Amino acid sequence: MKNYFKNMKTITKVDYATYLGVIAAFVIVTLLQSAGMLTRSMTGMLVPICCYICMAVSLNLTVGILGELSLGHAGFMSVGAFSGVIVSMSLQSSVPNELVRLVLALVMGAILAAVVGFVVGIPVLRLRGDYLAIVTLAFGEIIKGIINCLLVGWDENGLHIALNIDGTKTMDSLHLGENSIQIIKGAQGAAGNHRIATFTAGFVLVMITLIIVLNLVRSRTGRAVMAIRDNRIAAESVGINVTKYKLIAFVTSAALAGASGALFGLNYSSVSADQFDFNTSILVLVYVVLGGLGNIWGSIIATVVLYVLPEALREFSDYRMLAYAVVLILVMLATNNECFKAALSRVIPKRRKGAAANG
Amino acid sequence: MAKKVFEKGKMVPVPSHSIIPERDLYKSPILECSHLGIDFGGLAAVKDFNITVGRTEIAGLIGPNGAGKTTVFNLLTKVYHPTRGTILVDGMDTAGKTPAQVNRMGIARTFQNIRLFNNLSVEDNVKIGLHNQTRYNALSGILRLPNYWKQEKMAHESAMELLSIFDMQDLAGHKAGSLPYGAQRRLEIVRALATNPSLLLLDEPAAGMNPSETVELMENIVKIRDTFHIAIMLIEHDMNLVMGICEGICVLNFGQIIAKGTAEEIQNNPVVIEAYLGKQKEG
Repeated sequence: MKNYFKNMKTITKVDYATYLGVIAAFVIVTLLQSAGMLTRSMTGMLVPICCYICMAVSLNLTVGILGELSLGHAGFMSVGAFSGVIVSMSLQSSVPNELVRLVLALVMGAILAAVVGFVVGIPVLRLRGDYLAIVTLAFGEIIKGIINCLLVGWDENGLHIALNIDGTKTMDSLHLGENSIQIIKGAQGAAGNHRIATFTAGFVLVMITLIIVLNLVRSRTGRAVMAIRDNRIAAESVGINVTKYKLIAFVTSAALAGASGALFGLNYSSVSADQFDFNTSILVLVYVVLGGLGNIWGSIIATVVLYVLPEALREFSDYRMLAYAVVLILVMLATNNECFKAALSRVIPKRRKGAAANG
Repeated sequence: MAKKVFEKGKMVPVPSHSIIPERDLYKSPILECSHLGIDFGGLAAVKDFNITVGRTEIAGLIGPNGAGKTTVFNLLTKVYHPTRGTILVDGMDTAGKTPAQVNRMGIARTFQNIRLFNNLSVEDNVKIGLHNQTRYNALSGILRLPNYWKQEKMAHESAMELLSIFDMQDLAGHKAGSLPYGAQRRLEIVRALATNPSLLLLDEPAAGMNPSETVELMENIVKIRDTFHIAIMLIEHDMNLVMGICEGICVLNFGQIIAKGTAEEIQNNPVVIEAYLGKQKEG
């Protein structure tokens, strides 16, 4: 066993360390929670942190591994959130078990986001660089726009869906029957959800996301995707179908974002499309970039730190966004600036080399 | 790596200007180009390019700078689509194929300006070359089904075996981008070989190598041909290499073939000398 560990590649070790770190964090937080040592606001942050970790890890698949800048990741989250809410609310009577409903909602969120990712991906992935970024940005806004005028209700006959494009329709135009539930009310979003998301579910989702992304990256498929990132022409010359592997990475990324969106949506009693706007996409992108492109455990740590930080800085009220910005700049310097790194290694003499160079 | 077994094919319909070595004459040629040409705007970069390459031939493509040699390679691998003419690989037309499909048909290449996957390890670079030799889908990769482990083990072993051609096993864990120039060129050849080609196109394989490295490269090119029984076509400016190992040489100038023949014939061809050195003043 000892020998086995010795012979493992560094990359494999990093992967296992990532899994172990996440499990350890979950155990510690659960223990703290049961001991009553977490404040209410901290407990409230647990599920969103899990969601954003999944978002960051899945966006890292597009931005870090595939190497295409996507600014519409919140769009997939939005698709997942609302399809998850619809599934959860319309199955309320037929599937009373909350856990089963949660799983169904997450799966549905992932599937729908994957379908949207596929449809968007086919034209978008023909573009490169800035153009792709602009189109994905527009796509995120389009999703927001569509959901803002979406009316969904449920009664015994099933789902009723209408698009309120000209602003004349109301919930009444769905003609809901007896025992109806109004699920999505246009720009008001969805309200009155059952909050069935739990921290354990969040942890499981993070683990599943990690297993999918890390195993994908270390497989033949992931190598093909990274080959396309490093040199598209060379990748084609060794017989790699560029469009296919770009789509695989993009759709996987979208599906995971959809699942985390569903969990996010089911953590609040109300969600609206405006929560998943351009700012959210950028926020997740900041997590990915600060954690390091292509570096999965970096994304996790960056997400946790940067999500908790604004809350922790709440005491400084007015200055908190200022402090947040300063921390962002410092982290960027610490990870990218050679002079700063040299100065840092003089302060901390035994900084292990190569610790930052994997992933 | 399975060695290719010769099949008795049809006889090569030898055109009078063909320079195929004798041992390949009674097998179908690996590459046949006829009247190949491409225009960039109004400029005909390659005109009426005809060539036949035998099953195990080492062919050379030479010519002054800007003659269109790399353009020919780009046409053969479908980076550019030819304006005119046909390319037959192993008797099959490549019209409408993508570069990836042409690779699967049996053409692998290296690039004049090295194109490695710089952020990946040397071993991963070769494994990417083995992409179409390893067969499992994304799902069994994610779930790490038994097939994944089996295929990955095979990929690892083949990668190491291929790297051993150039004694590069020790570099397997290094990042490709951090290798010295000569090693990067060799790695590109290994990666191309990993795709199990029947025709290997080398674009200036000796560029940037010193004379002793070039001699080693020459030996290795012949070794690759003899081990894998494949045809090799190379562009090179190092005349010692070209004249030393190429059985048939084709000289290109301004996009047109100006001479074809064995090393000796090319060296004494006045048209070739004129293309390289200019016309001798009369009188």
